[in-house]
Amino acid sequence: MGTALAGQKLQFRSSVPCRCTRARTVFTRAELTLKPLPYSEDALEPHISRDTLNVHWGKHHRTYVTNLNNQIKDKPMANKTLNELIVEAWNSGSPTPEFNNAGQVFNHDFYWESMCPNGGGEPTGELKAAIERDFGSFDEFKTQFKAAGATQFGSGWAWLVAEGGKLKVTKTPNAENPLTNPAQTPLLTMDVWEHAYYLDVQNRRPDYISTFVDKLINWDKVAERFAEAK
Amino acid sequence: MAFTLPPLPYDYTTLEPHIDARTMEIHHTKHHQTYVTNLNAAISKFPELNGLGLVGLNKAAGTEKIPKDIATAIRNHGGGHYNHSLFWKVMTGPTDSNGPSADLKAAIDSAFGSFEAFKEKFNAAATTRFGSGWAWLVVQEDGKLAVTSTANQDNPLQMAIVDTPGIPILGLDVWEHAYYLKYQASRPGYISAWWNVAPKREATDPVVT
Repeated sequence: MGTALAGQKLQFRSSVPCRCTRARTVFTRAELTLKPLPYSEDALEPHISRDTLNVHWGKHHRTYVTNLNNQIKDKPMANKTLNELIVEAWNSGSPTPEFNNAGQVFNHDFYWESMCPNGGGEPTGELKAAIERDFGSFDEFKTQFKAAGATQFGSGWAWLVAEGGKLKVTKTPNAENPLTNPAQTPLLTMDVWEHAYYLDVQNRRPDYISTFVDKLINWDKVAERFAEAK
Repeated sequence: MAFTLPPLPYDYTTLEPHIDARTMEIHHTKHHQTYVTNLNAAISKFPELNGLGLVGLNKAAGTEKIPKDIATAIRNHGGGHYNHSLFWKVMTGPTDSNGPSADLKAAIDSAFGSFEAFKEKFNAAATTRFGSGWAWLVVQEDGKLAVTSTANQDNPLQMAIVDTPGIPILGLDVWEHAYYLKYQASRPGYISAWWNVAPKREATDPVVT
């Protein structure tokens, strides 16, 4: 369930000599760090500008990490993985204050890795077959995914998920994501908060969505997640 | 009778440097226009609702008065049209005399202790509204002033939907489209600057009396 995100564990061990002759293992809480972008800030030009990645990753994403660290400092939550934290903070639909920050840290990690330079095009192999099986055609997947992004009113995300062995498109508001649904595994996400596209295309969210689908999706990464989910 | 996009009471450049001209133009001609267009499309299916007017539609949002088929559209686009119409009216150029009317100031002092204390609460509501939404100063049913915020294009007139209903006196748009071109991630910078162009004294007079 869920996807393994390396580097997001919130604790590490260190050996500390004490007055006894034996060394003791001590759990020391570490902080979450902002994962580097998988590419340089200008790597997605001309589709997403360097300025956008600079602010989106360097300010928005970084702030979610900082704020989450401040919230969980010295609390039991700091001992959890990010994914565990999200489920706990979701609190069965009455989210605690940590949820928004935790969800957004995950969502942005997942989003950067859902894109790559020279992305887009079409999936291949088993993933392509599964998309055709569950949507009827790749075109129909694109239509549904674009519609999800376009109709998420306000801030949010569009997703491709695996659920019960089938692929489907979903959308979530604000910081929400499929991790809080035990039946779903996220495979692909697209940020439709206005900060994701406003410097580049302003109000024209549909243009950003088309560019994302046609030019940016990292289908290799989606295929990797799909293989892990099965 | 269709709703129409109201003209701004000033030029796109008037609120510079606090709100940039490009934002004003896109915000008015694209975002607000889209709410008007979509509202009209929803109403066209049920022309009898025209009699409610924009305030009436918002008050009816989330109730059985609005057909299920257009419930979301009325909430989102009826909300968006009302909210932006109010937003343009409460702002004015920075060199014009700004600040609340004497009556409003007295009511604020009474409700919050001071104008500064009210501003702090209002700014906090605007800063902490997660995602898209609005911060509001409202007059509640019992005549008391309150600060609140709403998500997306919800507004305090939508009494069946929001937790602090009331008549809005001031509204501040904190959707990213309201500030991103100039302020990017700095919503607090935008909120702070907004007080240079709001509130417009005349806009607040009728509501307090």
